[in-house]
Amino acid sequence: MERISLAEVRHVAQLARLQLSDEELAVLQGELSSLLDHVEAIVALPTEGVAPTAHPLPLSNVLRPDVPGPCLEQRDALAAAPEAAEGRFLVPRILGEAP
Amino acid sequence: MPEGFDLVVGLEVHCELSTATKLFCACPNAFGSEPNTNVCPVCLGLPGSLPVLNERAVEFAIRIGRALNCEVRPAVFHRKNYFYPDMPKDYQITQYDEPTNVDGFLELRDGSRVGIVRAHIEEDTGKSTHLGGSGRIHGADHSLIDYNRAGVPLVEIVSAPDITSAAQAREYVSELRAVLVATGASDGRMEEGSLRVDANVSVRPAGAAELGTRCEIKNLNSLRSLVRAIEHEAARQAALVSAGGVVRQETRHWDEEAGVTHPLRSKEEAYDYRYFPEPDLVPLVPDAELIERAEAAIGLMPAARRERLVALVGEGDSPGLADQVQTAIELSLDQLVLDAVAAGAEPRLALARAANEAAAKAEGARALSATAFAELLGLESAGTLSATQSKQVLAVLIDEGGAPAEIARRLGFEALEGGEVESIIDEVVAANTAEWERYLAGDEKVAGFLLGQVMKASKGRANGKIVAAALAKRRG
Amino acid sequence: MTLLGRGVAGIAAAVRSKEASAREVLAESLAAIEQLEGELHCFHTVMAERAEAAAAALDEKVARGEDPGLLAGVPVALKDNMCTKGTVTTCSSRILENWVPPYDATVVTRLRAAGAVVVGKTNLDEFAMGSSTENSAFGPTRNPWDTARVPGGSSGGSAAAVAAGMVPLAYGSDTGGSIRQPASLCGVVGVKPTYGLVSRYGLVAFASSLDQIGPFTLSVADSALGLEAVAGHDPADSTSIDRPATSYAGLLEEGVEGLRVGLIEDFVSEVSPSCAEAARAAAEALGAAGAKVEEVSIPEVLHGLPAYYVIAPAEASSNLARYDGVRYGLRVGGPDVAAMNARTRGAGFGKEVRRRVMVGTYALSAGYYDAYYGQAQRVRTLVVEAFARAYERFDVLVAPMTPSEAFRLGEKTANPLDMYVSDVCAVPSNLAGHPAVSVPFALGAEGLPVGVQVLAPALGEGLMYRAAAVLEQAAPPAARGPVRPGGERRA
Ligand SMILES: [Zn+2]
Repeated sequence: MERISLAEVRHVAQLARLQLSDEELAVLQGELSSLLDHVEAIVALPTEGVAPTAHPLPLSNVLRPDVPGPCLEQRDALAAAPEAAEGRFLVPRILGEAP
Repeated sequence: MPEGFDLVVGLEVHCELSTATKLFCACPNAFGSEPNTNVCPVCLGLPGSLPVLNERAVEFAIRIGRALNCEVRPAVFHRKNYFYPDMPKDYQITQYDEPTNVDGFLELRDGSRVGIVRAHIEEDTGKSTHLGGSGRIHGADHSLIDYNRAGVPLVEIVSAPDITSAAQAREYVSELRAVLVATGASDGRMEEGSLRVDANVSVRPAGAAELGTRCEIKNLNSLRSLVRAIEHEAARQAALVSAGGVVRQETRHWDEEAGVTHPLRSKEEAYDYRYFPEPDLVPLVPDAELIERAEAAIGLMPAARRERLVALVGEGDSPGLADQVQTAIELSLDQLVLDAVAAGAEPRLALARAANEAAAKAEGARALSATAFAELLGLESAGTLSATQSKQVLAVLIDEGGAPAEIARRLGFEALEGGEVESIIDEVVAANTAEWERYLAGDEKVAGFLLGQVMKASKGRANGKIVAAALAKRRG
Repeated sequence: MTLLGRGVAGIAAAVRSKEASAREVLAESLAAIEQLEGELHCFHTVMAERAEAAAAALDEKVARGEDPGLLAGVPVALKDNMCTKGTVTTCSSRILENWVPPYDATVVTRLRAAGAVVVGKTNLDEFAMGSSTENSAFGPTRNPWDTARVPGGSSGGSAAAVAAGMVPLAYGSDTGGSIRQPASLCGVVGVKPTYGLVSRYGLVAFASSLDQIGPFTLSVADSALGLEAVAGHDPADSTSIDRPATSYAGLLEEGVEGLRVGLIEDFVSEVSPSCAEAARAAAEALGAAGAKVEEVSIPEVLHGLPAYYVIAPAEASSNLARYDGVRYGLRVGGPDVAAMNARTRGAGFGKEVRRRVMVGTYALSAGYYDAYYGQAQRVRTLVVEAFARAYERFDVLVAPMTPSEAFRLGEKTANPLDMYVSDVCAVPSNLAGHPAVSVPFALGAEGLPVGVQVLAPALGEGLMYRAAAVLEQAAPPAARGPVRPGGERRA
């Protein structure tokens, strides 16, 4: 019994925007399951009352002054674009609005 | 509201901050530039680039929070992950469960209070234009993306579901806009997208305690569409429930032309934002000094300013006057009125010109010299300039500055000297003896005709009021 | 002796004193690359022309009597995940195969300002995800000690380039051992500095809360110079430590007399006999030099690896979302933008990257966040606290670096977990943000180099280098580079 179902693997691939073949999904199912088995060692650790560490540095309030600096030229901004038109990045049609 | 139902509305207002630069990079926060020219590695999401938080955006956000009676707290930025082409990193940096401002309220003109759940800082996205097909998002062949707006600082103000009518929603946004402008953090321009409103609307049987299922309405570009959309959505939901149906929790788009909302998609099925703390930024822990500095920079709040303005112009009996007061407050033109009156202007005239004419150019009008404004109003009160002329001079004065009398001269509005008016009247009397006789005999119907002839002969340079007085004087 | 053989300090001194020109030094480096690259495949890009122009400009600067900088005329190689303006930066990925950044990483700007001559961009595991450099989309790098073996990873190209004597200084990035593990396998010195000491601006992110840039060199003294040149506050990186850069060179002679050293026994039992023996011998060597050495058990460090394999993929899944075919890099077309995104990412990312993006997405997704990501963060706290307790009793800690000597190409590619275990001794330092160095200390049972790790508390680079310098003295010279492909020592 795998720790993660094929349907879950497919859902995660969708969330991650990865187009994968059925074969690749099946391989990933096995690999993710064995990795999750490995990770199980810490999932079971008692950590009640332990604060999470998101970051190794105890820094706060790193701010910059609101002063304009140089921008890229439009042609440099677009230089690496797979497709561009009218000074903008061109993409295939967008289905659905932004959330 | 349909009979037998209560309406429950909560509003989410996105407010663009008037900083000089973007939230996490030094690109200008500017409108109207050529596409993709206000961009850099950071706001284009180039590999290896890193965000650094704009100090002024933080101060503006705290001003907004304090003006809305919020508690200012330590905050952690999070990443909200979803794929969308106008978002350069395919995640948005925002505040999640630890926002900067929480637990405030906004008091409306009628004394009612709407709770503010939170007011958090986040970055804006780029802008897409749709090509081919219908030119709208649906049916387009391609889209073009401009990242000039990507990374512009926003504060999202989330109200509690305390609003119970479309009119109250309108009041809330109107008052909120005035507060935002008063803090100096925003220009409050709703039509240009500086202020964007989403409405969470639900209905429940009158008196029921439990909230109904809500729908989020997007694309509300004006106060008018806000009111219409809420009314329509309330009616739609009430009809659905009355017919035994169930409201689906979903996002709906307001179609201004058709006057209806239609569904976009159901949020639950499509998105899982996988929020987690943004590792490229450190926590924002406003200290007392920063909060005090922000508070000190907040101007007088709209309620107090409204009181002050009403004391000056009086309560009045026309609803027009109250509207003018509100407009002046919303657009922060009340100080101009106050200063002009102090410089000798007539209060109601000053308010009328500020709220009607100056409002169209509010940004320039806020910078207008009150002395010059008062001088112009003085010319109008004295009859030297007609109302129409005065409005035209005001437009020039806001755009270009200068002395009102000089501008009037330049526009050819200089009132004719007394002698000149008299000699034109002489010519008109000579050329229209029959009409003049009837006028002398008391026929008021020809007065207008004679006045028109004089105005015509003066090529519009004569002031109508003065001409009418001169004609009346000759009749004795 | 060749100019390159003089090392970083020697080259800089020679160029500064006009004894040698930067162009001569560069010529040696380019010749070595030319000669060995075919066998080793360390580089994606050799920037010969740009490097020659930079060397010429540096020579003119010296001629004008201006200060040519700390790294005057030193040829350096950069892992190909550091942005170089105008020069392709691939991250060893198809998805960035032809991407030319419009800006320089802060380290690149600093290296140029220090007089270093950037000669090229080195191979890595795609997006720095791996421990063998076999996950490069453009073919693996080979270990100069034995070309049938891996150099380690992910900074394998940089480690092998220094080990083979192509450049005296190269930079890598270390997210979970990616500098120290290949340094150990290639017989060179590799340092992961304190998190925040070196700017990450322009380093293509793998896991932002763990990534740090650091140097590869043949000697500890050269490492200290290589770190000094790039360290220091950068306002473009919010996680950069705001304090003046320090020089470590003066500390190296101070020795370890009186220092309290702990040997982490939990790691010793996790590794091969050769690697365990090297760590014990290193502890003894420090003791012989006057340190007070004790064994210490810090069991929490063994939770580091599973915590790392949740946290790093989680951050990576978000960091790598931007490779969507819209603004730069590969695009595989589709009928709509979402299909285009998915096809581009499916085709552009290699297996290991896809695997980690999947794991990370899963660990952050609704319903699993708390069990996986949240729990890993709490375990991270346990590791940090355990180190804090250890550093109440010790000034530095010593541990094995790797579980084994360099393994054969293909040996660990079948099962991802086998590869992941390579970093068991490395990841706790990344989780805590602490500095650590791998020093070549012995030849193992298979005749290949074995490194030993010195760990120090945050900003403890000075102590770390002092201990490393003592170990370097105690180690047999045969245990470190430079070597010709096949292991023959270079002059
Ligand atoms: Zn920017």
